[in-house]
Amino acid sequence: MTLDLFLQHLTNGISLGSLYALIAIGYTMVYGILRLINFAHGDIFMMSVYFAFFGVATFGMPWYAAFLLAILLTGALGILVERTAYKPIREAPKISILISAIGASFLLENLATVIFGGRPKTFPQIELFTKMVDVGAVRIQMLTFMIPVITVALLIGLLYLINHTKSGMAMRAVSKDIETARLMGIDVNRTISFTFGIGSMLAAVGGIMWGLKFPSILPLMGVIPGLKCFIAAVIGGIGNIKGAVYGGFILGVGEIMLIAFLPELTGYRDAFAFILLIVILLFRPTGIMGEKISEKV
Amino acid sequence: MLKIDNLTVAYGGIEALKGISLEVEEGKIVTLVGANGAGKSTTLRSVVGLTKPKTGTITYMGMNLLVMKTQEMVRNGITLVPEGRRVFPNLTVLENLKIGAFYRNDEKNIKEDMEWVYSLFPRLKERTWQLSGTLSGGEQQMLAVGRALMSRPKLMMMDEPSLGLAPLIIKDIFNIIKEVNKQGVTILLIEQNANAALHIADKGYVMETGRITMAGSGKELLANPEVKKAYLGDTAHK
Ligand SMILES: Nc1ncnc2c1ncn2[C@@H]1O[C@H](COP(=O)(O)OP(=O)(O)OP(=O)(O)O)[C@@H](O)[C@H]1O
Ligand SMILES: [Mg+2]
Repeated sequence: MTLDLFLQHLTNGISLGSLYALIAIGYTMVYGILRLINFAHGDIFMMSVYFAFFGVATFGMPWYAAFLLAILLTGALGILVERTAYKPIREAPKISILISAIGASFLLENLATVIFGGRPKTFPQIELFTKMVDVGAVRIQMLTFMIPVITVALLIGLLYLINHTKSGMAMRAVSKDIETARLMGIDVNRTISFTFGIGSMLAAVGGIMWGLKFPSILPLMGVIPGLKCFIAAVIGGIGNIKGAVYGGFILGVGEIMLIAFLPELTGYRDAFAFILLIVILLFRPTGIMGEKISEKV
Repeated sequence: MLKIDNLTVAYGGIEALKGISLEVEEGKIVTLVGANGAGKSTTLRSVVGLTKPKTGTITYMGMNLLVMKTQEMVRNGITLVPEGRRVFPNLTVLENLKIGAFYRNDEKNIKEDMEWVYSLFPRLKERTWQLSGTLSGGEQQMLAVGRALMSRPKLMMMDEPSLGLAPLIIKDIFNIIKEVNKQGVTILLIEQNANAALHIADKGYVMETGRITMAGSGKELLANPEVKKAYLGDTAHK
């Protein structure tokens, strides 16, 4: 393999990893605050792609307006799922909430199938993102460069939000002790909704870029990425945002390199994530950045 | 200022509070003493809405607290230093203090209050940037008190602030309670350490298995033979 080819694969891996990271952050944020796996997250991601699709293809909006609207709508959808599927049973046993999460996931998948149709649609191709550029001997889609840049920018913004703003402080407080957070005058429900909103909007950014990169879109397209990004979050140490990002990158780069170096294993592409998960769980059950997992009291 | 009337609280079928009434007058230090499981914490948790009573009323400056959300309490000047400190371990000392002033927007006054808290607890100042989870128990207790003060409370309720602390630090904490009270903050103090609490209290209540069994000024209760026997470790052998 030449160096150029290797670099090409590496860029692709980083780009895919960025998308995984954006989605994985949503899992990890929700887990961090509620100790809940939001199984509907992959489907929220899927909905974002459709929102953007309809904005551009059906309503003929300029791409930036359609994308922005899709991001906002997805944030609202995340909050809606939280308010309807999780909030009413927040005090219920963990297993009830888990089942509700799975129910929300199925509901979104089936709603999408009924409303949007089960046949694949083609995501609009926008010249600015999809054109090819040459960097040295590497010829690559513009998008492939933009994805990591956008991801890193969003990540910096997110870390700033969480660590240096009042809302972020409220999120961190709620994640440790809901009762005491209330005593401090924090609106816990709003903080939780805010968390779902942010996580969903990040998934939407990931979703739109996913649509541009892999234009064939389906109502079930959120299932496998959702699962893989959940794995990425676990690998990184669920509850930890930087961990989710590392997990996403490891998964993305690992997957692309596997195909590049061992093309005969291409069929095992999706299995790679699970194997990695098992290995990590065996040797480091709390993930790379994970702290000791403590049950919520 | 705070008036609890005929409050009953049940956990499942078990009544933890069997109709208690008490009153805290503005500007005073009132203490509630009693053995383990008497229902002291339950009383405070009911005031701030973390436990829902079965019957009874709680009024604070003319407001019905039973319909007020917990998160609104602090805006109305009520703060609780909860049992077991409950500082946010993943936040720094500074952030824990800031979060005490969460509802406030008067940055300048917040800064002043922060300096005041630091002057009360110089130990906290040295540890401004430390994660609170790594503080010692006593330091965490100081932080919990400091955090409560950051809300500029009118009524500060404290659930066993001396628990698990060395005698010297207990003395500090009690001095600070007196100091804070002098600044105009009304105090409702729960204590196992009845002796110390009754010494600084204007008024005391004794609680036994969900009932208030005695009430009086701090002095009266300190002199009361039953209180002496049950709570002040004063036995016939002494
Ligand atoms: N969440 C709960 N569920 C069931 N029972 C409870 C609960 N909280 C308190 N109790 C019971 O209510 C009674 C009063 O408890 P409370 O915590 O108010 O006591 P306390 O006076 O604060 O005791 P201590 O001095 O040990 O803190 C106890 O018998 C306790 O077991
Ligand atoms: Mg107690």
